[in-house]
Amino acid sequence: MKTKTETPAAMLEPAGMRAAKIIGVGSAGVSLLEVMNRGEFTGAGFAAVNTDATSLAGSTVALKIHLETRLLRGLGTGGDPERGRAIAEEQFTTLKTACEGADVIFIVAGLGGGAGSGITPVLARAARETGALVLAFVTLPFVCEGNRRQQQAQQSLEQLRAVADGVICLPCQKTFKLIDENTSVLDTFRITGELLVQGVRGVWRLLTRPGLIQIHFDDLCALVRNRHSESAFASVEASGPARSREVVEKLLNHPLLEEGRVLAESEAVLVSMMGGRDLTMAEVNRVMEQINRHCERAQVIMGAAVDEAMKTRLSVTLIAARQNPDAKTEAQSGAPASVECADMSASRSAGRRQVAAVSGESAPQSGLSLEQREQVLARHNSGRARKAMARMRQAQLPLAIISKGRFDKSEPTIHKGEDLDIPTYIRRGVALN
Amino acid sequence: MFDDSSIIVGLEIGTSKVCAVVGEQGADGALNIIGLGQARSRGVRKGEVADTAQAEEDVRNAIVEAEQMADVEIRNVYLGVTGGHIRGFNNRGVHPVVSADREISEDDVQDVIKNAKAINLPTENNVVHAIRQHFFVDGQDGVINPAGMLGSRLEVDVHVVHGNTNRLQNAIRLVKGLQLEVDEIVFNGLASSLALLTGEQKELGALVIDIGGGTTDYVVYAGGVIRHTGVLAVGGDHVSNDLAYGLKVPLSRAEKLKLEHGSAWLDEKIKGQSVTITNELGLPLKTVNVEHLQRIMSLRLEEIFQLVAQDVEQAGLFDFLRAGVFLGGGGARIPHIARLAEHALQMPVSIGQTNSISGLKSALDQPEFFTAIGLVKFGSFKTRKRESKSSLARDIKGTLRRFLQRP
Repeated sequence: MKTKTETPAAMLEPAGMRAAKIIGVGSAGVSLLEVMNRGEFTGAGFAAVNTDATSLAGSTVALKIHLETRLLRGLGTGGDPERGRAIAEEQFTTLKTACEGADVIFIVAGLGGGAGSGITPVLARAARETGALVLAFVTLPFVCEGNRRQQQAQQSLEQLRAVADGVICLPCQKTFKLIDENTSVLDTFRITGELLVQGVRGVWRLLTRPGLIQIHFDDLCALVRNRHSESAFASVEASGPARSREVVEKLLNHPLLEEGRVLAESEAVLVSMMGGRDLTMAEVNRVMEQINRHCERAQVIMGAAVDEAMKTRLSVTLIAARQNPDAKTEAQSGAPASVECADMSASRSAGRRQVAAVSGESAPQSGLSLEQREQVLARHNSGRARKAMARMRQAQLPLAIISKGRFDKSEPTIHKGEDLDIPTYIRRGVALN
Repeated sequence: MFDDSSIIVGLEIGTSKVCAVVGEQGADGALNIIGLGQARSRGVRKGEVADTAQAEEDVRNAIVEAEQMADVEIRNVYLGVTGGHIRGFNNRGVHPVVSADREISEDDVQDVIKNAKAINLPTENNVVHAIRQHFFVDGQDGVINPAGMLGSRLEVDVHVVHGNTNRLQNAIRLVKGLQLEVDEIVFNGLASSLALLTGEQKELGALVIDIGGGTTDYVVYAGGVIRHTGVLAVGGDHVSNDLAYGLKVPLSRAEKLKLEHGSAWLDEKIKGQSVTITNELGLPLKTVNVEHLQRIMSLRLEEIFQLVAQDVEQAGLFDFLRAGVFLGGGGARIPHIARLAEHALQMPVSIGQTNSISGLKSALDQPEFFTAIGLVKFGSFKTRKRESKSSLARDIKGTLRRFLQRP
């Protein structure tokens, strides 16, 4: 795909991994990079991008990109994503150079603020134009942070979806299930951050470690593309002889998976397993069998890897993506969606390099605003895109979620992981014709 | 004033109905049911109070009705409890006999029972019942009364039923809020088994399954004692809910369809049959396939029996059920339910009947009142015990009475 120029290739080559970069955007992204245990991400380049100098000063990352112009007068974006985007467009070439040399780029950011929401989509676009695959891990703000931030985050997420290969997004609100009354604000943010980092780590391991069962980045992207309206993360660990069983139990009791209900509703599930040298195929099989049973409707993609450092522990990271229940994204039609489709069909037929060419061709000046770019792009591909869109829409009809009727609000009756409140004939798959 | 009979009231706050049964215990200990009050329950889900205000109103209505029928004033009740949080297990207490002559004294018996009742429960849980099973003297099984026997080591098994304290308290507080005293709380499954089983059946070994609106309670007797109890928080409500979902009709309509056309066993004859739902003006609204209706029901009920069977099997008690299985609760009224249960459990199943109680025929024959009747029976055991203890007081009462009756 691309010649490896500055790859710390020695580490990556054996696993068949490409050069990777992890870029944190905005204050949240930069501090998330700090949370990450860099030792685990051997071979990855780290970079921090922000408009706020103080946040960058506190970072230990090697490559810091301070986006600064007279426009901001050193004051950051002030929570306005328009400013963030403006400055990112202005410094587009800087961002692009920062992305050079990597084949896979992870973007870590907290959406909702000025820098995170504004810069991330632009950075993703810059990264793609260098020919890299882009996977974004983003958080959505807490509900209590206000409507405006929510909207900004949603908007940014839409834009990000249009340009990134995959977006995995964690609504912070979900972490409420992990914390109790006495958890401090600091701890809460730490937990949220940790969750996201777990997600990154899971994917990272999946891609880099020598696998019993290998997984390719393209599979991953195909899986998360278009489905990433909301994701649930869970990462559990266990050791001892009964570890495979314990892991499954822990997973199903994980608060973020809502006792396995999330699994049942999810459309795509990614499982990353990691064990020491003694990880057996039987164990992998046992775990996957259980997980598959709980998410029959989902497309499951799995990888199992070996890491010496794990000793006798077995760790499983699970990312489940489901369709947005209120289908807000579905309703939104027109330009951004068709861009996505156009992109996809193009990349399918002609490979990534050409996509970059197409977007370059249709958007000659990077100074153009994103909406304009999308419109141009949409017009450019409108005929084919519409056909492709119609096909895709059909494939994505939301699956009916089984309502529990009168037991909706009462405590669920769980018996051996089965929710007995759901009608028996549905659980047993008896067809009524 | 000096009436020898005493009034015992059993109150069951169920998921589908609140039911109060008034019993009268004569001087000879015979129990007679004299009153019954019931009200549709609206504030209970899965056997536990979910809406206090509504539940309170329903309890009040039921109590008032029972009072009117029996012509008594109700002050104390035996309260039935259930819910998915209730669990039962067996525990053994040990006590060394230390006296020089190795004779087991009454104190030793009390001590060993106390030891058996000292159980490590989670702090938020409370014991509902600790029921004595058999004594062991030096490992010898099946001793009923060890006092006076010789031995060095006395053991006893108790069956402990426990539940979450707060959730048990919810029901108790509700009743207390109505200015009623709660004599004791009783596990619903235990109450049903008391109403249904004769001494002989308990001795042979029997499984009682009470399918209520919100929960299915079951109790296993073997060798004359309770060996296992359990609650499955699935009941008739689930059947209605399944129907509402599967036939795409409102819940109230599903409830009605269940009563009118429901069956636990799929009848060959109904294949392809359908019923038309009409609105209050008689206009057809929707056609429902009876086969689907019965299949949905039958699957759910079969699952309930399978889960109960699994649990009993796990407790290792399946081979002890020589008297068979007895069904109670509103679920026992479903047509062909016994047939389905026989199929699922591979064992003779019959609908229960109340024994050794006389009184209102209308109440005694209905399986849904078994629990409340059993509560009264439980109460009668307690009062009998209490009376035999306070025999001195009774003697004085008797003398006074004779004294007064003499003109």
